[in-house]
Amino acid sequence: MRLKHLLTGIAASVIAIGSFLEVATADLKFPMLVYRTGAYAPNGIPNADGFVDYYRMINARDGGIGGEKIVFPECETGYKTQVGVECYEKHKKGAMVFQPMSTGITYQLIPKATADGVTVYSTGYGRTSAKNGKVFKWIFNAPATYWDGASIAVRHILKENLGNVKGKKIALVYHNSAYGKEPIRTLETLAKKHGYKLMLLPVDHPGQEQKATWLKIRKSRPNYILMWGWGVMNSVAVKSAASIKFPMKNFIGIWWSGSENDVLPAGMGAHGYKALTFNAPGTNYQVHKDIKKYVHDKGNASGDGSHFGTVLYNRGLFQAMVQVEAATVAQKIHGTSKITAAMYRDGMESVDLNAKRMEELGFKNFSPPFKNSCENHGGSGLAAVQQWDAKAKKWNMITDYMYGDKAVVDKLIAEDSAKYAKEQKIALRCN
Amino acid sequence: MLYKETGQYNSTYQSDHAIFPLAQDKIAFSILMLIAFFIVPFVVDSYWEKAILVPFLIYSMAAIGLNILTGYCGQVSLGTGGFMAVGAFSTYKLMTMFPDLNIMIIVIISGFISAFVGILFGLPSLRIKGFYLAVATLASQFFLVWLFNKVPWFYNYSDTGQITVSERTMFGVAVTGATAPPYATYLFCLFLVVVFGFAAKNMIRSKIGRSWMAIRDMDIAAEIIGVPPLKTKLTAFAISSFYIGISGSLYFAVYLGALEGTESFDIMAISFPVLFMIIIGGLGSMLGSFLGAAFIVLLPIVLKNFMVDLVGLSAVTAKHFEITIWGLLMVVFLIVEPHGLARLWSIAKEKLRRWPFPY
Repeated sequence: MRLKHLLTGIAASVIAIGSFLEVATADLKFPMLVYRTGAYAPNGIPNADGFVDYYRMINARDGGIGGEKIVFPECETGYKTQVGVECYEKHKKGAMVFQPMSTGITYQLIPKATADGVTVYSTGYGRTSAKNGKVFKWIFNAPATYWDGASIAVRHILKENLGNVKGKKIALVYHNSAYGKEPIRTLETLAKKHGYKLMLLPVDHPGQEQKATWLKIRKSRPNYILMWGWGVMNSVAVKSAASIKFPMKNFIGIWWSGSENDVLPAGMGAHGYKALTFNAPGTNYQVHKDIKKYVHDKGNASGDGSHFGTVLYNRGLFQAMVQVEAATVAQKIHGTSKITAAMYRDGMESVDLNAKRMEELGFKNFSPPFKNSCENHGGSGLAAVQQWDAKAKKWNMITDYMYGDKAVVDKLIAEDSAKYAKEQKIALRCN
Repeated sequence: MLYKETGQYNSTYQSDHAIFPLAQDKIAFSILMLIAFFIVPFVVDSYWEKAILVPFLIYSMAAIGLNILTGYCGQVSLGTGGFMAVGAFSTYKLMTMFPDLNIMIIVIISGFISAFVGILFGLPSLRIKGFYLAVATLASQFFLVWLFNKVPWFYNYSDTGQITVSERTMFGVAVTGATAPPYATYLFCLFLVVVFGFAAKNMIRSKIGRSWMAIRDMDIAAEIIGVPPLKTKLTAFAISSFYIGISGSLYFAVYLGALEGTESFDIMAISFPVLFMIIIGGLGSMLGSFLGAAFIVLLPIVLKNFMVDLVGLSAVTAKHFEITIWGLLMVVFLIVEPHGLARLWSIAKEKLRRWPFPY
């Protein structure tokens, strides 16, 4: 009897919560693979909130894209590849674009989405050589790739050392997965070119346990540390670096290792920590005003709204903006508001986010302009270095947006994509 | 009323030894097989294939493997992820080394390679038992996964340690790669699971299976009555690893298509879930392997789809509920029926015999 009461209670509350949620009625489907649970949730939540707020703002302000409302069903992956596959299969029908938010899931989806004809947009992550649109028709990774990131970090180090890093030791602390291993080849090639010594220090999932890694760093004292981390791994690494008194200004993270959640736990110890970025933090942009007006002030903020303006929230805005812009472009190219997945891909390939267009969209000076083309799915490759100010609790941009070592990166991309094309027997496009 | 053995007499040894001695069981199983082979392939879509049926079949295979070792031979193993990784990486290496070799042969060879590795890691089982053996098999989990991450030869020196399957066909239809039709991958897995499922069932009922059980129940007594512990334990390790290797091979080639060793064969991703499968399904039961795999693979998906699509919860709330409900159900099942779902099924059958006139 008591069990029955309990069950009715649960069922009633479940239905009550359910009735508050928005009902999908519209046309353009942008499924979201998110992770608001698990070891990567500290990074997954602000990012997902950015997406949701932007989509809601577009739906509220413009009535959707060209009159078509955006639907964005969320699917919780927990950063797990298998669950990502399930989510993809569940939502692929009628989907415009997938944003896997995980390099592992991106690798999974590359062959599947190519076969199914669905666009995958891995913004600054995923497979680097997907930049080559000749081979990867359906995959986009603009505005910058990991190899750009690696060479920009090295360029920054070179600049600090007046162009000479011979004999210096650079350590790479990386998430021991496809994601973390991406930059290794570029860093090795650059090591040959510039004469620095590279130390590889993998950290296993989920990244909580890094004692051995930092013991090694203490022993061999590298001059610089680069980090490819995600989730709890970031904050643990920053804390560990602070506790061994590693000079934080020589510790540079990739753009996924440079959010507030990563540095705040280390308190003052994180002061001076650097990270790359391709978008600015803060809330002083037109898009934020619109989101405030159309979404937050109406009480529709995703989550608790507390991540507004943080690095990863803003990155979510940027990612969502590019996805929406691709739909706008596709509607323009094909002269219809009811676009298909194939038309959407054409739109993504013709995205031209120059300074003027960015301003129109409310993203003035938010990130460097970029442009996709048939050959180039990887955008501009520009990124800047930002530095954490622990006293003011904010990130400051300390360099301009800069290019990586194009000569090295482009050659590696050509090699890797050619290998993939040969393995998978893909005919080259864009001839 | 419907389900009773009255009037069914076994007049030959053969019929007495049948896998399904009751006519009703035989009919039910045949209908199941007919549906699985002749109806499902025509209606299966890619969601059912990729999210439900293929993972279910692959995990069932792994659960059968582990059940042979742990359920029948009593050797607790936490090395399932490692042996599955052996299957997956041997498949990848064989596929790239011999591009013309048939995929079925590659899968079977991968099974044999895993079996060999299983024997190596089974050697310590002669000296250590119980929990201590579980810890020793953990070594295989960590060592093998580490090996496939450390030595670039295993993943053909790719930049990220990812291995990607290329397309292979059976009778002209692709069964691996992204363009493989759902029915083909499903039938490929189903065929292997049915064939090796029957093989396992028969092994268990024959001399080798009985010696495994003798070792499980009391190894000293078994040795005294003439069951050689070395040979018995090692065959259990070999055959178990063979099954797990095949499941790893399918997991890579048919199900995921691309994977990265450390993530895909993590102890929390494979070894523990498969162990839970056989514990929840029923240790020492073939049916239990399937029921356990269904429980662990399907329940989260069913719960999620129910809560998100029918009730309309947000994805994250549903996930929190899912984790809680799943954990609760696991505890409830273990309290209500510590012998697993298979035992529940046999109790149900007992009841069914007396239905509708229980005394």
